[in-house]
Amino acid sequence: MALSPDEVARLAQLARIDLSAEELAHLAPQLDVILESVARVADVATADVTPTSHPVPMTNVFRTDAVAESLPPAEVLAMAPDHEDGRFRVPRILGEEQ
Amino acid sequence: MSDPLLSYEDALAAYEPVLGLEVHVELNTESKMFCGCSAEFGAAPNTHTCPVCLGLPGSMPAINGKAVESAIRMGLALNCSIAEWCRMSRKNYFYPDMPKDYQTSQYDEPIAYDGYLDIELSDGEVFRVEIERAHMEEDAGKLTHMGGATGRLHGADYSLIDYNRAGVPLIEIVTKPILGAGERAPEIARTYVEAIRDLMRALGVSDVRMNEGSLRCDANVSLKPWGRERLGTRTETKNINSFRSIESAVRYEIQRQAAVLSGGGTIQQCTRNWLEHIGETSFGRSKEEAEDYRYFPEPDLVPIAPSREWVEELRATLPENPGLRRNRLQEVWSFSDAEMRDVVNADALDLVEATVAAGCAAPAARKWWTAELSRRANEAGIGLDEVGVTPVQVAAVQALVEAGTINDKLARQVFDGVIAGEGEPAEVVTRRGLAVVSDDGALGDAVQKAIAANPDVADKIRAGRVQAAGALIGAVMKEMRGQADAGRVREIILEQLS
Repeated sequence: MALSPDEVARLAQLARIDLSAEELAHLAPQLDVILESVARVADVATADVTPTSHPVPMTNVFRTDAVAESLPPAEVLAMAPDHEDGRFRVPRILGEEQ
Repeated sequence: MSDPLLSYEDALAAYEPVLGLEVHVELNTESKMFCGCSAEFGAAPNTHTCPVCLGLPGSMPAINGKAVESAIRMGLALNCSIAEWCRMSRKNYFYPDMPKDYQTSQYDEPIAYDGYLDIELSDGEVFRVEIERAHMEEDAGKLTHMGGATGRLHGADYSLIDYNRAGVPLIEIVTKPILGAGERAPEIARTYVEAIRDLMRALGVSDVRMNEGSLRCDANVSLKPWGRERLGTRTETKNINSFRSIESAVRYEIQRQAAVLSGGGTIQQCTRNWLEHIGETSFGRSKEEAEDYRYFPEPDLVPIAPSREWVEELRATLPENPGLRRNRLQEVWSFSDAEMRDVVNADALDLVEATVAAGCAAPAARKWWTAELSRRANEAGIGLDEVGVTPVQVAAVQALVEAGTINDKLARQVFDGVIAGEGEPAEVVTRRGLAVVSDDGALGDAVQKAIAANPDVADKIRAGRVQAAGALIGAVMKEMRGQADAGRVREIILEQLS
């Protein structure tokens, strides 16, 4: 399942990673190796093997619905490049989810 | 630049509409889905954030057990199967409404699936809406677009973000494609969302207020020629912010798509934004560009495996189905359809029921809540349950009316006093001196005075024109400042003039 440089470019764009054409050409075969290895795992996984989603087999770890202290807004806003009227300020958004 | 529309009749003659509804319900838990920040609505911006909901490095989420419980109860109320084992997933996207750059949601393992909801349409017909799934996720932050003319994203100079809402538990309920709705598609869409609202309110899991965003609806609409199996390309209309708009938006999309298709065009799969002020939808974004969320199981949260015992325990807590309850109460109260509709529309069902339980006759309870108290709530722009009068107090006022202590007009002043915090109805009557004067001596004096002041009217009554008594009754009531029983006044007038 050879991964094309175009597909890698698409993934890079989705992940907001800026890659040059050389880097894409260099990374595509490496990602291919990873995909092949994972495909081999999928081959041996049979229906009676449940997916491992966590290294420790636990379920139903729930928190009680109680309010805990939040961070002081001033401290939170200070972490961002810009804010206004108690809210984070971000530059003009170019198209939704782009 | 409005889109061309086909008339609704012509659109339905040529095409069958198919609906798909996605309803988001914000849960009314105390805290957020994965952290202890308050989930309360309306706090000062960014006062409810912490390392978990801001996605700061090293922070670890923990699932709110109450939210899972609410999700299971919702699933059961929607006649869904409850997953024996399911996980949360990360939905990856870059948009500033989520500081984590992903939304913790559920992907292919929803907590509830394969259900249905029976909804009752305006003519009493019951329509079954099949539910595909209900899954747990977290809400995103609230963006305000600044600059530009319309306050919308398009043309904005910059945006401001409040993350108080980011991380608030959210349940998304997705229907299967709804076929067979025909020309009633808009009504079915609206009635379905209203039925979800009623059900969630009965469950007590959400405030379900569309105007505050705790109930939101995206409407998928597609058309296909009648008789064809394959579904048409759909559009998804967002930003629908009222029940009325659901109906309008679905109707609009049917007419718009029909115009495109009948002109030989094709529908592009996209989102549309409902523009309330002009009653139209406008192009949002094309779906294939945006939807590559690269879901994967959330590594920081362990799976959720509700035991069957727990599920059955929760099933036992389900309230009566709101539709069935309405029908039952209408029968018990002997209300006409119109009367019952008044009660439901005024949001007074619970209040009337509680008032009747406090000993008030059903018609009187209905009258006070749907007329006098609804008017006050509307004027103040508040909910009927926030008007400042309890069902027990309404029952007490009605008891005072029936005992002849006050009349309906004085009852309104009693409500004034109760709302002003002057005490219980009986205390208000005493303090304000509102009781009707039942002392015949005092009434007799007032009647004599009225007769003396209106000799011509008195003559007419003496001559047998009893209906003229109204003018004298009015004069006496004015003299008594309304604090008299009009029926008794009339008797005394007729006695004195016989």
